[in-house]
Amino acid sequence: MGAILRRELNAYFRGAVGYVYLALFYAFTGVIYFIIVYSGLSSSMYLFAYSFYVSMYLVPLLTMRLLSEDRKLRTDQLLLTSPLRLSELVCGKFLAAFLVFALGMGITVPEAAVISAFSNFDWPVYFTSLVGILLLGGASIAVCMLFSALTENQIIAAVLGFVTMLLLSMLDQFASVFSSEAVKNALLGLSFYTRFFNLTVGVIDFSDVFFFLSVTGVFLFLTARVLEKQRWS
Amino acid sequence: MIEVQHLVKRYGSKRALDDISFTVRDGEILGFLGPNGAGKSTTMNIITGYVSATSGTVTVDGHEILEEPLEAKRKLGYLPEMPPLYVDMTVEEYLSFAFDLKKVKLPKREHIEEVCGLVRIGDVRGRVIRHLSKGYRQRVGLAQALLGNPDVLILDEPTVGLDPKQIIEIRALIRELGERHTVILSSHILPEVQAVCDRVIVINKGRLVADGTPEELSHALSTDHKLTVRVEGPEAEILKALGRLKHIERAASLGEREPGCYDFNVEASSGYDIRRGVSGTIFEHGWALLGMRSSELSLEDIFLQLTEDSAEGDEA
Repeated sequence: MGAILRRELNAYFRGAVGYVYLALFYAFTGVIYFIIVYSGLSSSMYLFAYSFYVSMYLVPLLTMRLLSEDRKLRTDQLLLTSPLRLSELVCGKFLAAFLVFALGMGITVPEAAVISAFSNFDWPVYFTSLVGILLLGGASIAVCMLFSALTENQIIAAVLGFVTMLLLSMLDQFASVFSSEAVKNALLGLSFYTRFFNLTVGVIDFSDVFFFLSVTGVFLFLTARVLEKQRWS
Repeated sequence: MIEVQHLVKRYGSKRALDDISFTVRDGEILGFLGPNGAGKSTTMNIITGYVSATSGTVTVDGHEILEEPLEAKRKLGYLPEMPPLYVDMTVEEYLSFAFDLKKVKLPKREHIEEVCGLVRIGDVRGRVIRHLSKGYRQRVGLAQALLGNPDVLILDEPTVGLDPKQIIEIRALIRELGERHTVILSSHILPEVQAVCDRVIVINKGRLVADGTPEELSHALSTDHKLTVRVEGPEAEILKALGRLKHIERAASLGEREPGCYDFNVEASSGYDIRRGVSGTIFEHGWALLGMRSSELSLEDIFLQLTEDSAEGDEA
């Protein structure tokens, strides 16, 4: 797993993808940060509320290449004939993407530090929000990675991932359309936003943590199954 | 070392492999001969665990590839038809990655150095693979397969796309490697397999049609008893004279090729050399013999012949 992780991390920054992702992420969150500071708000809640969308929509950039490229360039022949478990392969790739994601999110630490120097900053809320966004990022990466395993075309993987992220991020709005309480609750239960929002108010609810972790686990498992199935077709 | 039993691979309704069985002994260099699309790569991909067979088993040194994949794969080094290279890495980075990936337990620096020396890529270690020529890429792929000194090397058409000098080098290298490893190599070039291998397996359209040493194979494919001759003289009479020769099974005219000269196909009973008889007859009649050569069998003919032979063998 270590070998895969190192190679993928290097690959992000050998090409442009890692830099493009970080640049976009820093730019978007930077603008929000500027607005927050400029309007005199000291709560990190706003910062993370916007980061939610930025993170979800940019994640496909991180994942589109992960598995599709190996299939296209036939380097999967090396990976799959090495003494390596599929779970190691999938987790190594996942962790590489997750670390780059975390690197992007890391920008909020100095941002928060600056705010706290000039105002009464609520650090506990900041930390639960950070935990929340990392959990959210992990789940989003796992979902998008599945698309990368399903196609050998990076663009298709990115588009499918983006559309899915768009739909997932708007589940709340869809939920409000339905009059049936059951449907509404089901959609809200699956909504990344609702789950994430719970964490940004400074309370770590175990069910929300569990939700994100299980989404991550399920999709990593599905990704491994897709790779396994490709051997049989 | 490797045992392949009743391998069947179906793609949809098409049978890519149809009941292939063979064993590879320890230290053997086994050649895998067949035309393009015969199922060579598919077989190799199944042996290495890249794809799974529809039915049948592959055992590497006692480890079944599906039951104990990690143990089996640890014993294998694989160079696929297209070397699986990350072209954005340097040779050094790539080999280091493959070393870690295979969880090799040898001293890293020394081992990579040794392998690079073996395939002679020491001078390009710092270069990005994208910028390497086909020959060098092939060798980097081979170096990757050699990492960890696996017991078995599986090489899928290792000389395709190389220039003649590189081909000779790679063949020599494979023979050298064969002294310490069990090697399976595939090719669609008959002389290549004959030059390098201890044993040859021929497959065609997913079926195993021959299995033997190169000598046995070339005996089976011996072309001495099949000649094409060019004679100057009257067509009908020559044909009659040739047909009257001892041990001749068939003689046929191929028509006029030069003014007054005709080509004939002459086929003797298997095992008889008729070259002397044919030239003698022609001189006795005062005709001129302008050319004589063993009929060359194309790969297709070889398979046709082998398939016919094996069908006869089944009946007997």
